[in-house]
Amino acid sequence: MTTTSLPAADSAARTAEQLRTAEQIRNDAARAAIFGRVAAAVTDISAPLGARGDAPRIEQPSPGRAQTVELFIENVVDYRATVVPIAPGKVGSAIAKALKAATSVVVPSGLDPAWTAGLPDGIRIVSDDHLDNAALDGVAAVVTAATVGVATTGTIVLDHGPDQGRRALSLVPDLHVCVVRASQVVHDVPEAVARLRSTVDQGASAGMPRPLTWISGPSATSDIELERVEGVHGPRTLHVILVQD
Amino acid sequence: MTTTYPSGPTSAPTSGPLQATTATFIGMPKFPKAAKEALANTQQRRNLAHATGVIRAKRAGVVAELPQWEDLRLAGAAAKDETMTHLAAYLEQLEANLVRNGAQVHWARDAAEACQIVVDIAAAKGVDEVVKVKSMATQEIELNEALEAAGIHAWETDLAELIVQLGHDRPSHILVPAIHRNRSEIREIFRREMHLVGRPAPDDLTDEPRRLAEAARLHLREKFLRAKVAVSGANFAIADTGTLVVVESEGNGRMCLTLPETLISVVGIEKVLPTWQDLGTFMQLLPRSSTGERMNPYTSMWTGVHPGDGPQEVHVVLIDNGRSHVLADPLGRQALRCIRCSACLNVCPVYERAGGHAYGSVYPGPIGAVLNPQLRGTASDVDKSLPFASTLCGACFEACPVRIDIPSLLVHLRAQVVDESGRKSAEAKAMKAMAWMMGDYRRLEKAQKAATLGGRLLKGRTIHTMPGPFAPWTSARDVPSPPTSSFRDWWKARNTDSTTEDQR
Repeated sequence: MTTTSLPAADSAARTAEQLRTAEQIRNDAARAAIFGRVAAAVTDISAPLGARGDAPRIEQPSPGRAQTVELFIENVVDYRATVVPIAPGKVGSAIAKALKAATSVVVPSGLDPAWTAGLPDGIRIVSDDHLDNAALDGVAAVVTAATVGVATTGTIVLDHGPDQGRRALSLVPDLHVCVVRASQVVHDVPEAVARLRSTVDQGASAGMPRPLTWISGPSATSDIELERVEGVHGPRTLHVILVQD
Repeated sequence: MTTTYPSGPTSAPTSGPLQATTATFIGMPKFPKAAKEALANTQQRRNLAHATGVIRAKRAGVVAELPQWEDLRLAGAAAKDETMTHLAAYLEQLEANLVRNGAQVHWARDAAEACQIVVDIAAAKGVDEVVKVKSMATQEIELNEALEAAGIHAWETDLAELIVQLGHDRPSHILVPAIHRNRSEIREIFRREMHLVGRPAPDDLTDEPRRLAEAARLHLREKFLRAKVAVSGANFAIADTGTLVVVESEGNGRMCLTLPETLISVVGIEKVLPTWQDLGTFMQLLPRSSTGERMNPYTSMWTGVHPGDGPQEVHVVLIDNGRSHVLADPLGRQALRCIRCSACLNVCPVYERAGGHAYGSVYPGPIGAVLNPQLRGTASDVDKSLPFASTLCGACFEACPVRIDIPSLLVHLRAQVVDESGRKSAEAKAMKAMAWMMGDYRRLEKAQKAATLGGRLLKGRTIHTMPGPFAPWTSARDVPSPPTSSFRDWWKARNTDSTTEDQR
């Protein structure tokens, strides 16, 4: 904005300022009214705030590491996703195999470069350099790491850190190849929730809160006569590479 | 900003104002009338019976996998009760955490105020369209209509909501809103309507669900890629982190929550969960109760603005719209625990037959029968009749993941409706006459003599219809013919005879 603004722009700015003030006045009045109402509605309550104690953690215990990982695989497969268990060191070849039909792949900036080093020449590797939505829509596949796996539900959680990329990357391309380490797989939902707390907590050590995406199989709908169809708006194919670390 | 609110029991609760009935539902007939019309729709009945049956079986299967299901229900109810009974404190915490993380928080007392807030934000962005994630709260406030009136198209992006919107129709189920439509109807709607609002349906579109879903994918993709503003609701709003959660299946939610520059989330004030850790309970309860899956395909969680990822302008509109009225009823407030899973719809014998439209609200089924009369009051025909739209079989309570005692609430609301109707109803007159007759044994004996005489005349035949004020009662039931002798007569006769028998 210049210091010598035109009269019209000046008056437009002033109107906007007045509107904001009017909106603030309305918002404060609405807020006060709602707080007054909800307080007046519960005057019969004598239990103090937080009387129930900490939220209970109700979960099934893991019968053992091997069984937990096995259950994870079973439940991911149940959603009609592909799971390929591999030994550490085979990630690159497993990714190359998963991408064999793809023409292009977008990779997050923090993905281990070794993972995509062995891709055949036919695949265009796109780095996420501020791709706009349309450009991203032109990419066939995405490779990401993950944060947590949940065995009882077959769920993979992304916290969109550097090796997973921003949310749009794992959403717009039609094939999602996701590398999960067996050591990231927990048995039940509450344990996953506890592990993820630090990613949303804005504690001094945790930095900015991150968004989370929980993925359980490929995108699906049952909206037409309850017949399940895999693949609506999200990636229609979910390919999980499970590293037995 | 801090607010002081009373702590400890001081006085009887005072309730906030009722929710105004939205334009769509003004003048809705009472439930029995609307249900009768719905029952004549055989296609709908077939679809509903199939849908509710399938989801019931799936839900039962995945719930049985969890031995601690009952503990989860108790924890879910306790978490919601903790929020509801200290709502001001948790709302304040939620607001502080949202603002700290870059979100803008707006407060709306009612539907009109909420709509105006959203319209103003969208208008300030200069857009003529928004993409929408399926949201009960925005349906409740009729946001799409308000946006359209302001010249802004609101594109529903959930497949079922798209079918409903393109068909100029109303949703009939919370979870699968187009369940009253079959595949060939959906194909016709897509072919007829899609080209009017964007990418047309493919010429060779069949009625295969896979092809229909593909048509929706193509139709909506261009809207997702170009939209500047998205509108969502939220399944949960977590007070101690400021995180909003949207649970979905198709990925349309992720598209809306991620691609546009501006995100507006309209959230009922009862959606608050006290702590992050409560998600461990609710992420087990909701998917299993709702779609009967161990987990839904996609869940998005965001905490204000995330620099470099997703919308950089995040608004949260917190709405009351009658909730504080419900909150003031010590028994009725448990209805605010509802997480909109629709398990109660799928197990309800009344819903299964009548369908969702007869409930005259965006909230159908058993939860609608207790929520609507509390949110909107019991002045209208439909709201007055909803507490009676149940057989009180109790299946809804058993299915509810947050243990809302819907049958008790129905009885509570029936009493309220009867009390409000005064002494004028036929039922009230009949009860008054009954009280007079039973107040004196001589009057009772006389009445019984008359009845047993009737019984002898009818000779055990069933009465199918009764005249006058009794006609509505027999429209749905038969009256057994009265016995040929009363208990009193039988007892008298027995005692006279048995004197000799007992001495034997």
